[in-house]
Amino acid sequence: MRLEARSHVGPHLLLIAGLASFAAVMLIAALLVAAAGAPVAQTFALLIQGAFGSVFAWSETLTRSIPLMLTGLAATVAFKARLFNIGGEGQLYGGALAAVAVGGLHDGVGLATPGPLLFTAMMAAAMLAGALLLLGPALMKLRFGVDEVVSTLLLNFIVLLGVGAMLDGAMKDPLAMGWPQSVALQPELELAKLVEKTRVHTGLLWSVGAALLLWVIMRFTTLGFDIRALGANSRAAAFAGVPVTRTVVLVALLSGGLAGLAGAIEVAGRTSYVTLDMSPGYGYSGIVIAMLAGLHPLAVVGSSVLVAGVLVGADSMSRQIGVPSYLADAVVASALLVVLVAAMLTRYRVRLDVKATA
Amino acid sequence: MSDVLDMLTTIPFWVAVLRVATPLIFGTLGVLLCERSGVLHLGIEGLMVVGAFSGWYAVFLGAPLWGGVIAAAAVAAIFGLLHALLTVGLALSQHVAGLGLTLLGTALSYFSYRVAFPKVNTPPTITPFAEMSWLPIPVLQQQTPLTLLALLLVPLIGYGLYRTPAGLALRMVGESPQAVESQGISVAKVRTTAIVLGSALMGVAGAFLTLSAFNSFYFNMVNGRGWVCVALVVFAAWRPGKALLGALLFAFFDALQLRLQQADGGEAGGLPYQFYLMLPYLLSIAALIVASRRSATPQALMKPYIKGER
Repeated sequence: MRLEARSHVGPHLLLIAGLASFAAVMLIAALLVAAAGAPVAQTFALLIQGAFGSVFAWSETLTRSIPLMLTGLAATVAFKARLFNIGGEGQLYGGALAAVAVGGLHDGVGLATPGPLLFTAMMAAAMLAGALLLLGPALMKLRFGVDEVVSTLLLNFIVLLGVGAMLDGAMKDPLAMGWPQSVALQPELELAKLVEKTRVHTGLLWSVGAALLLWVIMRFTTLGFDIRALGANSRAAAFAGVPVTRTVVLVALLSGGLAGLAGAIEVAGRTSYVTLDMSPGYGYSGIVIAMLAGLHPLAVVGSSVLVAGVLVGADSMSRQIGVPSYLADAVVASALLVVLVAAMLTRYRVRLDVKATA
Repeated sequence: MSDVLDMLTTIPFWVAVLRVATPLIFGTLGVLLCERSGVLHLGIEGLMVVGAFSGWYAVFLGAPLWGGVIAAAAVAAIFGLLHALLTVGLALSQHVAGLGLTLLGTALSYFSYRVAFPKVNTPPTITPFAEMSWLPIPVLQQQTPLTLLALLLVPLIGYGLYRTPAGLALRMVGESPQAVESQGISVAKVRTTAIVLGSALMGVAGAFLTLSAFNSFYFNMVNGRGWVCVALVVFAAWRPGKALLGALLFAFFDALQLRLQQADGGEAGGLPYQFYLMLPYLLSIAALIVASRRSATPQALMKPYIKGER
């Protein structure tokens, strides 16, 4: 098997690749449903209905897409610069914890800080917490050459244990009857609902705004140019005068900050306190979302809604027909691999070598 | 504190160390084989879940225990073949392909478990490997045969890597694929073999959890052990002997934190237990910093090889 670069990639090829990817993922999903012994068509129908079939379904899907969009953007900016931030999960929890520390802990102590100021401080603290959690691995990479993949992955476990310790200790909610749950945010800090009687909150505007902002940064600023140059070829970028250290540090702050913001917005918009199961792997899903979006900030909006739809739809389908909701995770993971393969095949042609005559 | 020091000299403590180390030895050797051939394998976390589930399920369905080990190795090897297809055949990003494999392997295992056991509250159990009480060696006689296998694999893989032509080819592919190709050896074949073998070891690492350490399959039972293996390989400077040392060191601190936690647990005002659990992870990161100053990294690691491209 040999790869040969294509000299020209036409639009029809991209269309075929997209359709083929979709068909492949549907096929995998169908096989899994059949393996679980459920009627395929009905399962699919229930899944789609549960994700996009009603106002309520849409509201749940959009609610779920908010943290995914932000962690997706966090992965996008980092991966674009080839800083492989796999620590989104820990950064999200760090942000959530910081948000509650600022916006919930001194409740009743009598620190009457005005609302908007405290709100800003809360969001800033969350972004700072996330940013610092990635700054460490980024500096370790720059200074010692430590692979950031492993350090950010390990940090996830450390942060989660730290959050657990805080929920048992300093930030424990005394009224939670022994549940490991933090004190609640002050009510006036919570985000408003976007639609009455649903859970969609204004965090959606924040995350879409973040996508737009990141797109502008990537497209129109020097920093964005530096990031893209660094990602394309770090040695050439350094040679051309891109300030490598500065760019990597800024990318780390931006990426970690976005993941931290995801945590704060989950707390302020949905849960109002921190628990150890507030994120079912949003940090990791963010990477999938970023790759599905081809590392384009605006496409992250679409891909996060799609992934959220699969997750929400699978939950709803599972309740009705009993196919395990892990189907969603399997479908999302296969989608990642299928899309990667499709993207590769649009750029390269696979030649199956016939044994060359010696 | 002196109680803890006393405990370090007891046999049960070292039995625990070796038990904690066993899956890490399998996993670290697996990652080592892949990385020595120049391919990062972040699928390990997922492949350990795959091995844990498929090995356990095979035994649950009536296979003998060793049949379960083989099933775990075989299923993980199939996932390894997929990783080889993606990273070697198609030259995809090794980071992303590996993470994708971890997500896929974990999701498929959990999905299959839930399909097989839709509504169980207490997880079904099997009879795990027995201790090797016939062995006249103190700490080892309280381990299962899988631990012995792990320990034997270390010199075996060391010999294979450093004393056989196949091992030389594997190490060369990780350093300079162009040079290997010019010798008429197929880079793709060597890398694929290394990934498949390494993946099988990762599967066995997972199977140890369900067939020896515990007797049932739980969600989240792998719990980052795979990532620890990836860190241990760096710590070990990509050498099997040092990999064993690293696994034992990590297990030492893991067993130690458990004892410290127990010693601390009774008193009010002690550290939260989570800080003890953090200790091994913190040490892994510290080890990465120390180890990264050396330049033992295979030169072609994470660089896909496309024939004819430079």
